[in-house]
Amino acid sequence: MLTLKPNSNLMTLISLKQAFLKTVQSFKRSLPILLGILMLLSLAAATIPKSFYSAIFTGNRVVDPLIGASMGSIAGGNPLTSYIIAGELRMQGISMLAITAFIVAWVTVGLIQLPAEALMLGKRFALVRNGISFVTAIMIAVLTVLILGWT
Amino acid sequence: MIRRITEKVGASWVFLSSVVVLYGILASVDLELVGNTLPVFGKLILRIFPILILIFGIMFLTNLLFEAKSIVKILGRASGIRGWILAISGGIISSGPIYMWYPLLGDLKERGMKDSLIAAFLYNRAIKIPLIPMMVHYFGWPFTIVLSMYMVLFSIINGLVVERLTGGKP
Repeated sequence: MLTLKPNSNLMTLISLKQAFLKTVQSFKRSLPILLGILMLLSLAAATIPKSFYSAIFTGNRVVDPLIGASMGSIAGGNPLTSYIIAGELRMQGISMLAITAFIVAWVTVGLIQLPAEALMLGKRFALVRNGISFVTAIMIAVLTVLILGWT
Repeated sequence: MIRRITEKVGASWVFLSSVVVLYGILASVDLELVGNTLPVFGKLILRIFPILILIFGIMFLTNLLFEAKSIVKILGRASGIRGWILAISGGIISSGPIYMWYPLLGDLKERGMKDSLIAAFLYNRAIKIPLIPMMVHYFGWPFTIVLSMYMVLFSIINGLVVERLTGGKP
């Protein structure tokens, strides 16, 4: 009796093609969102001067961490940029509480990326995750400064 | 009306079109400002291109090697501590901007990855090993160590709370 053996090479080729097409499909869905985010980030980077950050702190130990976390949430981007801005803020005497909240929110909260996150991971997920990350940015700042005795 | 357009062309295209319209409005008010964004945009594109290729490769491999059932086992509800370790270490190791990872995470979510692990992955993107020397340079070792430890700890708390609030079970 004749039995048909599955051709493993052909099967592999079909699997590769299917995986490739699936990945291309996912990417096609995501590319317009990524492009939009890049355009918004470029706009933010070109319009917000670095000096702006130091000008908005008040010197108030309760309000400044909130301002720091808010600024970090709106700006976002490469963590390296946040260290450079934070270093400048420190030299200008801004409290470490505010600076730490700024650094943490910069990388964990993303208002500019929020539409993209909502489209790709769900609106509820994006809102909840960013909201909690904002609160925890302030909590981490308080705990870090307390444990280091920098109050 | 907006809902009908969104359904027809897709939310992603509506989003991009909105940004293009915003640019158009800004250009009509201040053309120089929009001109200043172009070099920044170009630099961003160049910087993220290698990461985009990397993410395409990872997505291709997960599509090729893992069926939805395997993803659920590794990163789903019953993934346990192994899932957390994978999400945390994946977040720390991964490079490039956070938004570059949304397509992969969205894909994994559709295939069963739980919200808590996605949130933990995204949170740990804050810890970047190559940038640690820079943080030490600005703020010193004690600050860098304490902050990094809190970031990992809070990534778990963040994940658990997100999972609870988005309707799933942690």
